[in-house]
Amino acid sequence: MTIRRLVTLTMALLVAPAGMADIGSRIWATGGVTTIEGSAGGGLVPWALLGSYASDEEWGGTVALSRAEVDDYSLSVTGAGLNWNNRLEITVARQTLDLDSLVFTLKDGFGLEQDELNQDIFGAKIRLAGDVLYSPWGQWSAGVQYKRQRDFTVPSAIGARDDSGTDVYVSGSKLFFAAVMERNLLVNLTARATRANQGGLLGFGGDRNNSHELMMEGSVGLFLNRQWLVGAEYRQKPDNLGFATEDDWWDLFLAWVPDRRLAVTGALVNLGDVATLEDQQGLYLSLQGSF
Amino acid sequence: MTNLNLKILFVALLSGIALVLGGCQSLNNKTDDSLYQQLGEREGIANVVEDLLYLIVDDDRINQQFKGMDVAQFHHNLTDQLCELSGGPCTYTGREMRELHSDMAITNTQFNALAENLILAMEQNDIPTGAQNRLIKQLLPLYPDIRNL
Repeated sequence: MTIRRLVTLTMALLVAPAGMADIGSRIWATGGVTTIEGSAGGGLVPWALLGSYASDEEWGGTVALSRAEVDDYSLSVTGAGLNWNNRLEITVARQTLDLDSLVFTLKDGFGLEQDELNQDIFGAKIRLAGDVLYSPWGQWSAGVQYKRQRDFTVPSAIGARDDSGTDVYVSGSKLFFAAVMERNLLVNLTARATRANQGGLLGFGGDRNNSHELMMEGSVGLFLNRQWLVGAEYRQKPDNLGFATEDDWWDLFLAWVPDRRLAVTGALVNLGDVATLEDQQGLYLSLQGSF
Repeated sequence: MTNLNLKILFVALLSGIALVLGGCQSLNNKTDDSLYQQLGEREGIANVVEDLLYLIVDDDRINQQFKGMDVAQFHHNLTDQLCELSGGPCTYTGREMRELHSDMAITNTQFNALAENLILAMEQNDIPTGAQNRLIKQLLPLYPDIRNL
């Protein structure tokens, strides 16, 4: 089902009439791609870049479908965003986590019959200063992500305190021209205050810690040319629940941006231990259309 | 080892370091024109600028800003400027960049449009990715002057 939607979206974007070429003036790939939380960035980490290609006199938007398949879980994300004047980004995302193997743990351990977790994320990001390409000090943005569980039964049973929470982050991004082997290097650093468990899919706060903590997230990417970006991301995570330890996330990604309308991202992701199931690794695929 | 021997060794080491540093210094002093060569020297740069002009004329985001300009003069000056910035034997003789753009109120949208057209013009002339990146890096310091920031 998801595969069919991905293919349909790709085809629709590729055959979109040339009249849609009026799509925003920022340079190719400077909108980043859509993260699993809807904000513009990489796959796991939001960047200071704002989504789409809107420059300072333009509107732009994005839609994205993403899927991560790790050993015992699969995560599907549908996201959309709007960008006003490359100043303000508004995003929405719906995450669905298929529990697969965890279904049995929940049934035997907690008597719960549930096979998926759902979460909505509403995001806003404002560009505070600078331009990722042209400013010597890079581009700086601040953002919020309000996250809301759609069914709190499972997170509540394993010790999460709240069914909603807000992440606040500050992010800096800078492209260094001709930095490595004459290729352009993109560097991003994000500091996020959060009390989300596994990004919020396991609720907010817990018995070990119930307050916001500062987490560091970073990524580097090298543009092989203006269509291909290869890189890595790291995302530090809190560990609020006594029920199971939570690990940091990281990924190695390859993004293809054939033109402004389409971006395809593939990644190897490592989510570590997730809700008692160890060493969750797998593949991530994301398609983004811009308009 | 005696004190004298140590002294000799020390002096020898220092001389060695000085020689190496001196060698690097003279290498650095030689003008690096590898970017100029990669761009195809002045002729190659002139071709890029010509294609850039065609792209600008067709681009409704920015062609208004170039209305009424002396096309031949613009071509000559920009070619000289890129030639000089890339380490070539040219001298830009046009007006100072900030003064030239001070009344144009150039937006980021327009600056991006010009940057895009420059990249497309370089691609049309098969300029390698690395040389494109190096030229843009040389152009970056002009951004605040052109935007009048």
